[in-house]
Amino acid sequence: MAKSAKGAVGRRNFLKGAAAGAAALAAGTAAAATAAGAAQPVELKRVVPPAMSPAAEAEVPTGAEVLTADRTGSDFMVDVIKSLGFEYVCANPGSSFRGIHESIINYGGNKSPEFITCCHEESSIAMAHGYYKVEGKPLAVLAHGTVGVQHAAMAIYNAYCDRVPVYLILGNIIDETKRMPGVEWFHSVQDAAAMVRDFTKWDDLPISLEHFAESAVRAYRIAMTPPTMPVVLVADGDLQETPISSDSKIRIPKLTNEMPPVGDSGSVAEAARLLVAAENPVIIADRTARTPAGLTCLVDLAEALQCAVVDQTGRMNFPTRHPLNQSDRARVAIAEADVILGLDVADLYGITHTYRDQIERTSRAGTQPTAKVITISSDDLFIKANYQDFQRYNEADIAMAADSQATLPSLTEAVKRLTTDDRKRAFQDRGVRLKAAHMQALEGSRNAAAFAWDASPISTARMCMELWDQIQNEDWSLVGATTFVSKWPQRLWNFDKHYQYIGGAGGYGIGYNAPAATGAALANRKYGRLTVNIQCDGDLMFAPGVLWTAAHHKIPILHVMHNNRAYHQEVMQVQIMADRHSRGISNCGTGTTITGPDISYAKLAESMGMYGEGPISDPKDLGPALKRAIEVVKRGEPALVDVVTQPR
Amino acid sequence: MKSGDRVALASVAQQNEVNAQRTGMKKSFGALLIFAGAILLLNIPVARAQQSSEAPPSGNAQNGKKLFNTVGCYECHGRQGQGATQTGAARIGPPQLSFEGFQSYVRKPTNQMPPYTSKAISDGDLADIYAYLKSIPMPPKGKDIPLLNK
Repeated sequence: MAKSAKGAVGRRNFLKGAAAGAAALAAGTAAAATAAGAAQPVELKRVVPPAMSPAAEAEVPTGAEVLTADRTGSDFMVDVIKSLGFEYVCANPGSSFRGIHESIINYGGNKSPEFITCCHEESSIAMAHGYYKVEGKPLAVLAHGTVGVQHAAMAIYNAYCDRVPVYLILGNIIDETKRMPGVEWFHSVQDAAAMVRDFTKWDDLPISLEHFAESAVRAYRIAMTPPTMPVVLVADGDLQETPISSDSKIRIPKLTNEMPPVGDSGSVAEAARLLVAAENPVIIADRTARTPAGLTCLVDLAEALQCAVVDQTGRMNFPTRHPLNQSDRARVAIAEADVILGLDVADLYGITHTYRDQIERTSRAGTQPTAKVITISSDDLFIKANYQDFQRYNEADIAMAADSQATLPSLTEAVKRLTTDDRKRAFQDRGVRLKAAHMQALEGSRNAAAFAWDASPISTARMCMELWDQIQNEDWSLVGATTFVSKWPQRLWNFDKHYQYIGGAGGYGIGYNAPAATGAALANRKYGRLTVNIQCDGDLMFAPGVLWTAAHHKIPILHVMHNNRAYHQEVMQVQIMADRHSRGISNCGTGTTITGPDISYAKLAESMGMYGEGPISDPKDLGPALKRAIEVVKRGEPALVDVVTQPR
Repeated sequence: MKSGDRVALASVAQQNEVNAQRTGMKKSFGALLIFAGAILLLNIPVARAQQSSEAPPSGNAQNGKKLFNTVGCYECHGRQGQGATQTGAARIGPPQLSFEGFQSYVRKPTNQMPPYTSKAISDGDLADIYAYLKSIPMPPKGKDIPLLNK
């Protein structure tokens, strides 16, 4: 695909020239023989090649094809990638980006970024998704512009819904004359980003290296400006592989990250006024704490008001054992609220309404009719129409299109300025009441956990508490979503650091958890944290090759399987339909359960080079098994314990 | 419906409505709400019933256990009827309602639980399931389990 160097002759011309020379040699010899044939033998003319000087030998002979190049466009692309500070690039290898791949591992020294081998593009993207939520900066991902991005699409959608910036570079060959017949045509497309444009923030197809540099820097800035979302850059194959001069001076622009948008001063002042005057204010946090500072800022505001906080756990927003944390009695707290402050809440309608899923679907408000609603969300700055992730419209009295974490300091300051001594006394009384409610809810959860404590299959409460017993004194990080284990960790563990929980998939696309957890573990590795993932069996089966990736790259992580042997959510969904039709539910395991045979996840892990133990179905065996696995993880390797569990 | 069941339904409704929505699960994700009626539809007397006291009809607990694990109860309520906040299903092992309340709710649930008509499950089978649930002992309090106090 590379162009010939200037002055060189193409392969066809070279061969023609060589044939002509040989023919001339033969002709001369034959002519001489004919002339002399009648009379006497002809003395063959000896052809002596010209003497070559060293200087002459260093030149490219006229008519010869250039087969090597010291530097090509992909080397420069890697210079650009390095300038953006990517620690890793995740990819399943592909010929459409072979140039960048080779430049990363050789020219770039396979460092910053280091190439992480993935077995599926969905895993590549999801690893980047999980990594960002721990590290606060994106990973790069490489993929084919056709089959690769097709594989990656669901994971990109998850990241988009979860407001996570993934930086995706797609390989493609736009000039048809540069494509080899066959595969390269199947792997080429006019508009590589088209199929994911509805759930990415920005994309570009640079046609020169200077263009690539500017677009690459621009893409990073756009991705990292709230609402943070995936971006796509197409790296043309010809641009990657075209030789460039060793001393080419193409400039890489400076990256300047934008400051996140902050709520306007008028709205902030009015919001503070409402919050200070409220008798029962409630803060609902979801994707509030983008960084550890967000957690601190939210604690500051909550303590200034002594108000209830409901954490929807899109991120680790608020300490679970903080007395103001009312998440375990969220509905009651919201029902009592006279002012509700929503901070980057994905679904404010859902948390403030109750919805009934029967033949006639109905909903009713779960708030006081006079309750005031204040929203601060960067989602309001960027909403696309096609995919409906924006949820049902929720009315608000004040709506700030801004980043909630960035707005919190000014809101807290405004609250403190307005707080009189009288209000401070009222706040203190409220704080005492909320603390009592928090302790009562905690006791309620402990009592609820006691049911089925010794059961087999193992209750999710028992599994979570056996795990807690092993990790609570470590520098731990729980990187798998806890929705399907009824949030026992949030109800019973003590979370107080930002990296201790990273939320879920965003778009509820199953297959997110295992690779996202692995990406988060990759980020945690350099800090020496113990990364733990509660892993649903159905989710893992979408792309289990990520277990090999963890083993190969020595990413320490403990996977604790929540092995209920089913796509259990769908068991219940089909059951609803069967009950609605009064047809009995005995067939609802068809197409939903993962049994007959039961998968051995321990053997699956071992087959991928990972420590595996299980299946464990007696709760008494769980603690020792987890302890053994944690010893492996502390040695710097991944491990998996297969636990046979109750459904939820 | 007996007044004791109203108490139980209301308190279970309150607790489980709190728990069911705590996860923030979207309605479209199929979070099933509780095994109890809406608070607003019921009178709410004073005390909270932890375990039903009326004598249930006789039922076969062994058959009930088999039915519980095959006709669709355990998926939401757990294999020992312990309940789950993610599904919104109440703790029913041991049951918090009389058999009459239990049967009435199974036939005509007032929240997210799908209905089980007599076509899907007979009164006799319900009695067996109820007998199984009654056979499940109350556990110790959470404060008495060391792992739950760490």
